[in-house]
Amino acid sequence: MKNRREFLKEAAAGAVLIGAECKLGLAATPLAKSKVVVARDPALHDANGQLDEKRVLALLDRAIAAYTGHDKPVEAWKRIVPVGKVIGLKVNGLGGKGISTHAALVMAICERLQQAGVKPGEIIVWDRGARDLQACGLTINTDPSRIRVYGNDVAGYEEQGEAFASAVNVKLAKILTRECAMVLNLPILKDHQMAGVTFSMKNMYGVVQKPFELHANNCNPSVADLNCIPAIREKVRFTIGDAMSSVYDGGPGFRPERLWQPNALIVGEDRVALDHIAWQMIERKRAEVGMGTLEAVGRPPRYIVTAADKTHNLGTNDPQRIHLLEV
Amino acid sequence: MLAIAAIILVAAAAGTGCKKAKSDPFPASGAVAGWEKTGDTRVFAAKDLWQYIDGDAEQYLSAGVVSTSTSDYKYQGSLEATVDVYTMKDAVGASKILGKGQTKEAQTVQLGDAGLAYAQSVTFRKGPALVRITAYESTPNSQQALLALAHGVEAKL
Repeated sequence: MKNRREFLKEAAAGAVLIGAECKLGLAATPLAKSKVVVARDPALHDANGQLDEKRVLALLDRAIAAYTGHDKPVEAWKRIVPVGKVIGLKVNGLGGKGISTHAALVMAICERLQQAGVKPGEIIVWDRGARDLQACGLTINTDPSRIRVYGNDVAGYEEQGEAFASAVNVKLAKILTRECAMVLNLPILKDHQMAGVTFSMKNMYGVVQKPFELHANNCNPSVADLNCIPAIREKVRFTIGDAMSSVYDGGPGFRPERLWQPNALIVGEDRVALDHIAWQMIERKRAEVGMGTLEAVGRPPRYIVTAADKTHNLGTNDPQRIHLLEV
Repeated sequence: MLAIAAIILVAAAAGTGCKKAKSDPFPASGAVAGWEKTGDTRVFAAKDLWQYIDGDAEQYLSAGVVSTSTSDYKYQGSLEATVDVYTMKDAVGASKILGKGQTKEAQTVQLGDAGLAYAQSVTFRKGPALVRITAYESTPNSQQALLALAHGVEAKL
């Protein structure tokens, strides 16, 4: 574990660009590693497993400071998001109330975005539908003068399908294609019955009309193919992954008997590196409780390897090329 | 005007893939002491199950699920839970899902043909039905409360 001064120095050396108009200007590191920050707060949940929501903002600030190298949260956020454009926050409420992106994290991000100059009406928090958003603890709002919270069930999907390799005739959410200039990806870390692990890339299944059509062969190569579709590849630039709670088996639904609290946020731009790190966290937990690896139970997340190949080139899964910063 | 509005509403509901149950198989509020039914029963045909549990649906489909019903409950005004009833083609399918979900922490309970209980969840099968009841927090009496609700569901199957 590094001290604050050390990690801020490392952060500045490793940060890469986010957004066309707001480059951090620090991308050209000699090693060109993909940075992933895992920020933890062991006291995030109390002894009864209740989240202490007041601690979430501080954890977010620590994660963003470590990633950007800016100790002042507002300054850091100004480097991350463009002002005057609509920012989407893609949450994940698929698993239901017990295992969805926490509203406390969404609210913390919205608070910092507004302090950085993003107007409330320029923020859209979204997922597939109202039930998913409510599972996160969010309230639906379509008033454009306030932070908007609504799903694809309200905004709809494009008539024209998109395609990349196996992902054919994929109808994307209009919130992604028409409303958002940039998307902050807010998945929640989970085991997944088919994909093995669901985190950064897999969260994009919530931006298509018929995600079940992308489940064959343990979602490989569909997850990688989907993330290569330009609107996703170009707009979804930054992930603030919720690993405050997770399920290490039996996901993506809520399985309280397999619930665990990593008490962490996982932050970065390289969606492949993020998923690789997230996968390793799930594997470590499974080993800790005596469960077999995802490979052993027949659902290794091979889509992560696929996403890193030359055809997809979405990022790296090579540990030697990932700069993992744990704070 | 009212008739037109009613037609629009019916059409909208039909388009969602989720329909209200014709006959609600779930215990009504108060039928099991302390439990209140807090939501409508939603029913998903097998082909629409992904709308409810995308990513989880395939294991139920491969086990022969025919339809799935779900409803939310609350115990003594605070403990929230969800009851899912999966109606399979036969008892073999229900048995397959129950066995798959079992971990070493499970307690065997007398419910239907076979049942398992954890601190925050109860799962059992009865004939072709597989029932899962999940609470969203663990309290000292959550398992006891869940078991009472499970018996209430079992009696209606």
